[in-house]
Amino acid sequence: MNLRLAFQIARTHLLAKKKQTLVAMLGVTFGISMFIVMISFMTGVNDFLFDIAIDGSPHVRLYNPVESSQPSPARKLYDSSHTVMVSGKRPKNELPRIKNGLKIAAEIAKMPGVTGVLPQAVSQVFFNNGPVQLPVTIVGTDADKEIQMYGLDKKMESGNIQDMKTGDDALLVGSGLAEKMNIRGGDRFSVTTPEGGIFMLKVAGTFSTGVGAIDDTRAYADLKTVQKLLNKNPDYITDIHIRLNDKEAATALRDQLTETYGYKAEDWKEANAALLAGESIRYFMTAVISLTLLIVAGFGIYNIMNMNIINKMRDIAILKATGFEGRDVVAIFLLQALLIGFFGGLLGLFIGFFFSYLISLAPFPAGGIFKVDTFPVNFKTLFYLAGLWFGMVTTLFAGYFPSRKAARIDPVEIIRG
Amino acid sequence: MQPVLKASSIVKTFTEPAPFQVLKGIDFEVRRGEFLSIVGKSGCGKSTLLYILSTMDTAYEGRLEMNGSLLTGLSQNRLAQFRNAHLGFVFQFHYLLPEFSALHNVMLPALKLGRYSHSEVEERAMDKLRKVDMAEHALKNASRLSGGQQQRVAIARALINDPAIIMGDEPTGNLDKNNTQRVIGIFRELASEFGQTIIAVTHDPDFAESGDRIIEMTDGLITGERILQS
Repeated sequence: MNLRLAFQIARTHLLAKKKQTLVAMLGVTFGISMFIVMISFMTGVNDFLFDIAIDGSPHVRLYNPVESSQPSPARKLYDSSHTVMVSGKRPKNELPRIKNGLKIAAEIAKMPGVTGVLPQAVSQVFFNNGPVQLPVTIVGTDADKEIQMYGLDKKMESGNIQDMKTGDDALLVGSGLAEKMNIRGGDRFSVTTPEGGIFMLKVAGTFSTGVGAIDDTRAYADLKTVQKLLNKNPDYITDIHIRLNDKEAATALRDQLTETYGYKAEDWKEANAALLAGESIRYFMTAVISLTLLIVAGFGIYNIMNMNIINKMRDIAILKATGFEGRDVVAIFLLQALLIGFFGGLLGLFIGFFFSYLISLAPFPAGGIFKVDTFPVNFKTLFYLAGLWFGMVTTLFAGYFPSRKAARIDPVEIIRG
Repeated sequence: MQPVLKASSIVKTFTEPAPFQVLKGIDFEVRRGEFLSIVGKSGCGKSTLLYILSTMDTAYEGRLEMNGSLLTGLSQNRLAQFRNAHLGFVFQFHYLLPEFSALHNVMLPALKLGRYSHSEVEERAMDKLRKVDMAEHALKNASRLSGGQQQRVAIARALINDPAIIMGDEPTGNLDKNNTQRVIGIFRELASEFGQTIIAVTHDPDFAESGDRIIEMTDGLITGERILQS
């Protein structure tokens, strides 16, 4: 049969009862707009957190935590058939350093897939702010590598990152820290090291990563500056940061490094486990909620189509009496359902976009942990196409069964009453 | 000459609430151009017979031929196609589609048949509306027409595909005296001037007396027949 004729009849039916058609559409509209808002927002948040994790972390970090988890010497004498219990174990007076750190770093740099290696000397120190002592993590590092691997130059708030290299007392201070100490570029202040030494350092600049935990507690200096501060030789390395070609290879490299060198290694996933933990939960929630909304919308359409068809039984009987076949009737009502799905869906896309846009303008109360002003929202064509597609599939199913029922109506029963 | 309709040994049994034979064996023929009325008391089975003849009721025993084709045993879809091309119906209640204009209501069966272009169908529909004196209301919405007007539009719709037979189920049953006379006049004219075959079930003696032949039914059987002088 002419689909065009079915379409004309379907359209006439829908336009004749505008209010009812609108109500049917609203179910789909609501479901799809919620879907768009949720997925745009959820993926925005996920991507945002992921970027923070990736930006600030090395893919793999090699370091030497001073722990008691070394197996006790007694274990080396007795094999696993013996039970060894040692109490009161204390760590040796070991330095948290990586022996032959520079040599190891050079070896790692040659490994396949490695795009950057950054040896650091990290220590806890105290910044002296009058009588108050602020605990700070001072990172002795290489300015150019920090620029290459972490874009530290882009995070500078004042001063020039290259000034870190001049003299042996230049320091880059986190913005939160600078505020607490009330210092800025050019100021001098004193620093107390773990060994008890007191040194005067100069602020060469301030930086802001957006992560409050870092900006409030970290300072960067040239590797040699920190080594001198700690009274260690130029070979003193506590951390090796590694960047890879393919971040998914990080876990394998981590295990390989621990095996080869014996030191602890951590990949970016471990380092950001808390941040990333919520990701799959958020995706799952989005899927479940959107699906539920669409199913409910589908039921709404099913009900409305059923009602529609009950109201139209006489019309169907007449159509059949004048020679319309069962499949013509199916076409007419299925098209009605599809039109409702299409236009309801389109409206849902617009409303979804509108609210997504509003959300992207809303201030994000990240509580000072992350510096971001407004909610992160993703606008992707794929979401909108998927949303419309889901809406139409839902209406297709919702409309199909009532349409088939309509096609089976016995005209004689209806006409004879 | 071959009859335009031939019914042989038509038997119909209802099963609810208890098995009951409503048609006990009907045989008759209709000539082309004949205006036939079927009359009888309520419950005699005349409407049941009409709906079997309409091809919409396929639950019967016996044989039905129309226009030289055997219709018994055909699928619902094939019968729908036959109805579309060769039959026209006028019911007691007007059964126009309320969302469409009078003109569009008349056009629909022709658009379905697909034999003519849209504009040709529109022209032909206007022509049929003129025949029933409803041309000036062509673009009015069907729900806005009076009972008599709707019935005349329904007649125009029944005519749109130039059917071999027009079948009516109490076509004047719901009309007042004036409109009844008008409709009788239209049917009379269709039969005598245009040679249209008409089979109608009716309670209205005036309607029956304006035709060519009356068949009387009682308790599922044909019990009488009258040829009328025109």
